[in-house]
Amino acid sequence: MKELVYEQLKETIYTETLDNGLKVFLLTKPDMVKTFGIFATDYGSIDQTFTPLGKDETVTVPEGIAHFLEHKLFEKEDRDVFQDFTKQGASANAFTSFTKTAYLFSATSNIEKNVETLLNFVQDPYFSDQSVEKEKGIIAQEIKMYDDQPDWRSFFGTIQSLFHEHPVRVDIAGTVESIDEITKEDLYTCYETFYHPSNMTLFIAGNFDPEEMMKQVKDNQNAKEFAEAPSIHRSYPEEPENVAKAFEKIEMPVTTSKCMIGLKEKVAGLSGRDILRAELLSSMILSHYFSKSGEFYEELYENDLIDDSFHYETDLDRQFGFTILGGDSRNPDELAKRVKEMLHQLKERHISQEDFERMKKKKIGQFLRAMNSMEFIANQFSHYHLLGIDLFEVLPEIEALTIEKANDFLENWIHEDRIAVFQVVPPQAD
Amino acid sequence: MMKITKEKMLEKQGYRLHILPSKKYKTINIVAKFKSELKKEWMTKRALLPMVLQKATQDHPSPRQLQSALENLYGTILSSDGTKKGENHVISFRMEVANEAYLNDRTPLLEEALRLFHNVLFNPKSENYAFDEKIFNREKQTLEQKITSIKDDKMSYANMRLIDHMCKDEPYAYHVHGYPEDLEKLTAADLYEYYQTFINHDLLDVYITGDVDEDEAERLIDKYFTRENASNQALIEKKTNTQPVDESKEIIEEDELNQGKLHLGFRTHTTFGDEDYYALQIFNGLFGGFPSSKLFMNVREKHSLAYYAASRFESHKGLLLVFSGIAPDVYEQAKSIILEQVEAMRNGEFTEEEVEQTKELVVNQLLETMDSAQGLIEILYHQVLSGHMVEAEELIENIRRVTMQEVVDMAKKIELDTIYFLTSKEGGEK
Repeated sequence: MKELVYEQLKETIYTETLDNGLKVFLLTKPDMVKTFGIFATDYGSIDQTFTPLGKDETVTVPEGIAHFLEHKLFEKEDRDVFQDFTKQGASANAFTSFTKTAYLFSATSNIEKNVETLLNFVQDPYFSDQSVEKEKGIIAQEIKMYDDQPDWRSFFGTIQSLFHEHPVRVDIAGTVESIDEITKEDLYTCYETFYHPSNMTLFIAGNFDPEEMMKQVKDNQNAKEFAEAPSIHRSYPEEPENVAKAFEKIEMPVTTSKCMIGLKEKVAGLSGRDILRAELLSSMILSHYFSKSGEFYEELYENDLIDDSFHYETDLDRQFGFTILGGDSRNPDELAKRVKEMLHQLKERHISQEDFERMKKKKIGQFLRAMNSMEFIANQFSHYHLLGIDLFEVLPEIEALTIEKANDFLENWIHEDRIAVFQVVPPQAD
Repeated sequence: MMKITKEKMLEKQGYRLHILPSKKYKTINIVAKFKSELKKEWMTKRALLPMVLQKATQDHPSPRQLQSALENLYGTILSSDGTKKGENHVISFRMEVANEAYLNDRTPLLEEALRLFHNVLFNPKSENYAFDEKIFNREKQTLEQKITSIKDDKMSYANMRLIDHMCKDEPYAYHVHGYPEDLEKLTAADLYEYYQTFINHDLLDVYITGDVDEDEAERLIDKYFTRENASNQALIEKKTNTQPVDESKEIIEEDELNQGKLHLGFRTHTTFGDEDYYALQIFNGLFGGFPSSKLFMNVREKHSLAYYAASRFESHKGLLLVFSGIAPDVYEQAKSIILEQVEAMRNGEFTEEEVEQTKELVVNQLLETMDSAQGLIEILYHQVLSGHMVEAEELIENIRRVTMQEVVDMAKKIELDTIYFLTSKEGGEK
């Protein structure tokens, strides 16, 4: 077991890669009452085409299957796993993202038992035709719930405008039609390929003894057998650099229009560290100009083009990357035009040394705030780990950023053919 | 049992100070809670006031300048909101500032942050007994938009409509964002006049938590929080007025949506501080508070009618609300399944074991909430709202003491008041 000490943050991580390939990370938090565990696989909604374990040919599975599988792992032949956690005073949950599926629990008692339950239920699938059919009704309602949410529709619509082919453009839950095609056999194929311990990480944060915890996890894993797992072969379509649709508008019964401006980010060939830097710089730059203290925000707000719902985010991964800005607007066309102009201006703008120091301070404060949350640490640590980034090195990485790096980044950031505008507007009279 | 929280409560000039030293966090949280009674003519003003106060002070006279000042303090966050708590309206201002101990820089961050906090509350930008006209008008517009766009979030909208019908003749039905007709008439001078009432007469509680020295925290807050004109305040109990339900109502409204929203409102006749409040917590846990509850297991898992089906209770008004998203054509079925679960609770169709498990889940939830700074403050503030001093340890002991019979008694005590269904224009009940 390796011990990683982070002096400045006053945190220690204990880590080990087990014989079966599972990567384990333990973070002790003696002042906290709660313990939080997350068991995650490097498998998400974008992993639709791959070579199944033990096969030679690639297959393409129905859209939404990773999320469907996440739902179904909780159901066993004789019981629902939620009940097991309930009996042990814990709450459990799970989520599926573009690139990850994660199972988590939090508890303030029975920690050993809950860790055992987490490991065992994820590693013991039970899928039947009947339970697969039953889930279709539930997930159909989940999809319909999102269909009624204009914020979700505008977020996803923007991604669909940005990407031509890449499966990031497929809704994580799939569609009512695509999930209807899912069979028990599909679920086993995906499970066997992507839930091998060597494709997974376990992160536990909380109040426990790290030696004992590591021993428990090892004993649990050593008692189970897993097939030899060659590295997984996934395939993704060629994705052009430009956007699929520069402008798109849909109608929904909303009272206020929504307007999102999406940027398709270049990630091909970037190392983990490059990705982290790009993520830090883009969020610092956006925050400098487009947060409430920013001059662009001030202009947009004073001209009544945006309101408090205005926000921005950057998501960079190995396979794809995007930045989205926007929110409610009474004048979505004018907002799109102004924000695009502003983005193009960024390159010519000069960030002063003083401003840059302030940007860094703000980012550091933000990071420390996030580090209060064990959930954030566990989720983000696992996410970054897959990208080859150490979450606890983010603080020194921010401190080491220079204005030159920021200017280099700005030089190549914004291109007209990588911008897409997506609007949700109230039904127009004919 | 170990002491969970250490709270030092002090009577100060015009407010109560609560100091909660804790090593759990890398930041310091300061929360100021202003409480008044619920009055319809105040709702719009109390919605707008925190928005305006947060925008500018005498020494930072534009929103951008104020935000920049916060950012210079390592991205200190200032936010505010207004909520209804039983018969009270509470405006909270929250500030979160990085703890100097984690930085390579020795600025007196906390003191600077408190100075800003003081100025936001006590020295807002104003002239001739009115708020700044430009800021006022812009915030007025933002609020107007907020009021109209409630309809875009169907879950919140359905919840608001349920309360509109259910509490028709009670202050609790007043809208937390206020009313367009009141907003239209409101001037910058009117709001400033109301500000004087607010700042001098609301009951104020100030909380500070984080890794702080108690004496230093007290000294600093003393320096920046003094209300010369406000009287000292005792804990005053204001019991909500609860009456038996004459006849339950069923209300169906139509809207443009894919998924119908079925919300049910019950009267519990029990509020925080009542002896059977703990039994209500267990009742809610078994009925609809967790994924192991009757609502989740029956509406979702057994009948696949919904993605979510849950209940929660309002601690100070004595309400229990059920909510679920269903296909428009299964209204009758979903409604009867939900009502059958209430009957099952009344008939004691649950085991001793389930009661014990639910107690542990409720305790777990409470302990987890207290691990977060904001969560802890919210829990402690219940005491102020109810006028009952209950230590965290006592809460937990009382939860653990609940018996099966008490849960059945609670199930019999709750009364159905209103069934509300928001359904689609075309696909409603045939």
